[in-house]
Amino acid sequence: MSLHREEPKSFSFDAETLVKAKQVIAKYPEGRSRSAVMPLLDLAQRQVGGWLPRAAMDYVAQFLGLDPIKVYEVAHFYTMYNTKPVGRHHVQVCTNLPCWLRGSDQVVSACKKTLGIGVGETTPDGQFTLSEVECAGACVNAPVAAINDDYFEDLDEESVTRVLEAIKRGETPKHGPQNGRMNSAPLGGPTTLKGEG
Amino acid sequence: MLADKDRIFTNLYGQHDFGLKGAKSRGDWDGTKDILAKGREWIINEVKTSGLRGRGGAGFSTGVKWSFMPKEVGARPHFLVVNADEGEPGTCKDREILRHDPHKLVEGCLIAGFAVQAHAAYIYVRGEFFREAENLQAAIDQAREAGLIGKNACGSGWDFEVYVHRGMGAYVCGEESALIESLEGKKGQPRLKPPFPAGVGLYGCPTTVNNVESIAVVATILRRGATWFSSFGRPNNTGTKLFCISGHVNKPCNVEESMSIPLRELIEKHAGGVRGGWDNLLGIIPGGSSVPVLTKDVCDNVLMDFDALREVRSGLGTAAVIVMDKSTDIVKAIARLSYFYKHESCGQCTPCREGTGWMWRMMERMVSGEAEIEEIDMLDEVTRQVEGHTICALGDAAAWPIQGLIRNFRPEMERRILARRQARL
Repeated sequence: MSLHREEPKSFSFDAETLVKAKQVIAKYPEGRSRSAVMPLLDLAQRQVGGWLPRAAMDYVAQFLGLDPIKVYEVAHFYTMYNTKPVGRHHVQVCTNLPCWLRGSDQVVSACKKTLGIGVGETTPDGQFTLSEVECAGACVNAPVAAINDDYFEDLDEESVTRVLEAIKRGETPKHGPQNGRMNSAPLGGPTTLKGEG
Repeated sequence: MLADKDRIFTNLYGQHDFGLKGAKSRGDWDGTKDILAKGREWIINEVKTSGLRGRGGAGFSTGVKWSFMPKEVGARPHFLVVNADEGEPGTCKDREILRHDPHKLVEGCLIAGFAVQAHAAYIYVRGEFFREAENLQAAIDQAREAGLIGKNACGSGWDFEVYVHRGMGAYVCGEESALIESLEGKKGQPRLKPPFPAGVGLYGCPTTVNNVESIAVVATILRRGATWFSSFGRPNNTGTKLFCISGHVNKPCNVEESMSIPLRELIEKHAGGVRGGWDNLLGIIPGGSSVPVLTKDVCDNVLMDFDALREVRSGLGTAAVIVMDKSTDIVKAIARLSYFYKHESCGQCTPCREGTGWMWRMMERMVSGEAEIEEIDMLDEVTRQVEGHTICALGDAAAWPIQGLIRNFRPEMERRILARRQARL
């Protein structure tokens, strides 16, 4: 496995993550702690700041008493583990069919223009990485972009630019639909469930 | 149209509190203890009688699936696993349950878990649904605190725990045995069947794997009765169903409707109709990306259920309706799906690992028109070499959209090949 230039030499869970890691392991039956490898890699990735250096994989392997290869193959199989550094804000635009039908190409172009980078690139200040991803599972709110843990929905060039500019200014723009609709109800109001729930 | 009083997911749009108080006001957790007291045989029979077919795409009877579990618990404990790895392009219904009606899922887990004699349920939520998993975890914590799950759940004498396990981005983990592998901490590569999960599942133990929507409707079915549920839709296609309507409609949305609703009515009543009017329709993928596209003349009259869509050589799948109007480059649209399957193939079976790449590259040649006319048949042949020759259905899912394209839009494929050839001359 090639090592990245910025690979830290060592890794260990900080006190807060250690507590979470123990809670995770407790979810699985005794002797089945291998099940915790995915959540622990996720915790490690969050602690590092969005990516998994090899030292973190090795640490998780040791933590769970697994051969390192068992952890490497998990880290490389699932797309949400980043084996290279990513920006503080990871902008992941869905370009699968339902998003494409509603203009994800324009959303990607607007992201490139606003951030000044191409797909798969990170801004020089390390603030943003732009990625195209497969179906985000929010297809009736297409086009969709996930920025870190939040979904921004019903995007167009104008609204995605507005969201990115707000993040650049250090603000936390409201996630969810950007066109004023209520979640996945039809724009303008639901056709059902109009009374009291 | 289905009446609001017959809708199960009354907080579909998150208009109300998703928490325990809100859920109880919508009827969740009402008399759960009494339901469990009727016994597992009654529960399984009632679910069978309701006609509920799995909502994850395959459409297998949920009650029958439960009855495959061993009658007596042996040395190996039983498990319930809920598939919330929603990722079939077009599909976004389970997301609404997870974030807006999580108590329906948790209560359903208890009832289903009790029915298959499991003391633990694992809910495998796709990793990107981070906020959704937060709401679900909050609901689980509330239920445990209120004694609805945990030791002596609802005072039933049955101990039951529910755990959330987040995926990390792999479409193939929506296949039940890949999901189990992933839950065990491995690469999500499907297992050969048999043995089926009911015999050898999670940790080698008897396991039932159900979709989120299948589990979330169970409590309401048992409270209101199997005959209530089966009064909607056509025989063998009963119940209410969440539909996701995306693409070229005026108002894309999720909505709960009766099974067997005409496709056109579904789109016109709830999604504001096709952009530019019904006559501007080119085609519809009626059940998520894996099922073949339908042409407009079929869409005019087809009903949205398992059997009707099978008769027109497509499928209900996840009931994710992807609408494409006449502005759509249909070849490019299907090529986009081919790229998706190439990207998501787990690489275990050669026909799928290699075939998805071949199909995508050939589809790109169809998009640009640089292919030869004969390559259309060659492409069809490749899809048939993949279909049915892999451990899981991902290979089939990659093949079917292309087969649907060739069957329904061959003239368009030929047109652009000829147009490109003429431009060259």
